[in-house]
Amino acid sequence: MCPDSSEIKGLKRKDLLGILELEREEIELILSTAVSFKEILERPIKVVPYLRGKTVAFLFFEPSTRTLNSFSLAARRLSCDSVSVSASSSSVLKGETLLDTAKNLEAMKLNFVVVRHSSPGASHILAKNLTSSVVNAGDGCREHPTQALLDLLTIKEHFGKFDELKVVIVGDIEHSRVARSNIWGMTKLGMDVSICGPPTLIPRDIDKMGVRVYYNLKEAIKGKDIIYVLRIQKERQAAGLFPSTREYIKLYSITEEVLEKYAKKKVVIMHPGPVNRGVELAPSVADGMRSLILPQVTNGVAVRMACFYLLPGGTGEGRGMGQL
Amino acid sequence: MDKGYKNARVLMSEDEMGKILEKLTEEIYEKNKAEGRLLVVGIKRRGEILAKRIVELLGTKIDVAFGSLDITLYRDDLTSIDKKPIVRKTEIPFNIDDRSLLLVDDVLFTGRTIRAALTELVDLGRPKRVELAVFIDRGERELPICPDFVGKSLEVDKSEMVEVRLHEIDEEECVLIVPR
Repeated sequence: MCPDSSEIKGLKRKDLLGILELEREEIELILSTAVSFKEILERPIKVVPYLRGKTVAFLFFEPSTRTLNSFSLAARRLSCDSVSVSASSSSVLKGETLLDTAKNLEAMKLNFVVVRHSSPGASHILAKNLTSSVVNAGDGCREHPTQALLDLLTIKEHFGKFDELKVVIVGDIEHSRVARSNIWGMTKLGMDVSICGPPTLIPRDIDKMGVRVYYNLKEAIKGKDIIYVLRIQKERQAAGLFPSTREYIKLYSITEEVLEKYAKKKVVIMHPGPVNRGVELAPSVADGMRSLILPQVTNGVAVRMACFYLLPGGTGEGRGMGQL
Repeated sequence: MDKGYKNARVLMSEDEMGKILEKLTEEIYEKNKAEGRLLVVGIKRRGEILAKRIVELLGTKIDVAFGSLDITLYRDDLTSIDKKPIVRKTEIPFNIDDRSLLLVDDVLFTGRTIRAALTELVDLGRPKRVELAVFIDRGERELPICPDFVGKSLEVDKSEMVEVRLHEIDEEECVLIVPR
């Protein structure tokens, strides 16, 4: 039980709030740890005792199926107990603030808090005020770090490398926390990142993030190794950001036909889910040979296990209301 | 040699190590030849390397399969909150139910690593029998664990560490005694 000092590593932080602040080495550590955790998911008994007696609270103020279930499975696979709070069923409806809810939960001796909230920076506020490790599961349009990490793991598994891989992210970049986290992660790992979408859905100073911008899909996918397709949210159309779903499909939908004509033969398709079939992605492409959508979901559990493992996870003692 | 090993003394040379491993393998063979098949599972990282060498030495004399165990997630001493040991992959690509299994590690000390390995094995299946082979037994057990095969037994002061250094991952091949 005396591992070499070279075998001991960790993240340099208490919380996982975004990809922006992570160093390349930290991203690589999370990914290599996740690879080890994938083996556990193949076992007859898919659980290890590492987080026995520890507790995680899931604070989801926005709807989620995939992410919540993925985090929840990841915790259970590590023997971590969990409690769950959603906005519709909690005292949030009675007017309790995010911080009060979290403080009260921490008073119940928690080690981890996983939060999804519509306000950018919500997880930062919690992180500053709680002794537990806070994991951001999506804060408004800002970041969704574990999504980017599972995407990066999927890319690493498929290609065996990151350097010089060419990716184009297609869709509503402006409102996408998935796009932001991925752009930061992919560029840190040396990938060549482009984005493509209607001008109204491309943030104004996006080129400062080191990406190339395309408005024409056919040009954008040329020579790319990965097409990362974002979900088109119907609300955006109501807000007048693009004229009609039909027009969006015509210009930006990824179909077999478009791929055959303009994309590399070996291109792969990724999507964070849930897919609007027939809108941003043709069903035959989503279910086709090029799709990595289901491996992405499997990797989500492994990556979240790795995050729980690598974060310190607080003492479970809390800090009390006095220091609010 | 690494800088940190200035005060280390060499206890065993590469030649001696080779002889001891051959003797250890011979004992393992004698005990298992009647059954004719054995799963050899090394504990990461140095136990894995030794297990691989034992499998090579056993050759085709009996039917052997090789696997490795990473016991990190089963440790009982993960109290440090800011540093985490690297989790490596457990690789046992076969069913262990109703098979004889040999666990291999480099140094047996407190017995806590073996306790963790046994707990992990239970999660992977139910072997017919588990035996333990260690290259060095340095005594000072803290748990009721006893090896079946020992390369060499040593009496070493508690303040000293015994390190088995192996070509595959270290700069040299020898057994060292290192003051803590």
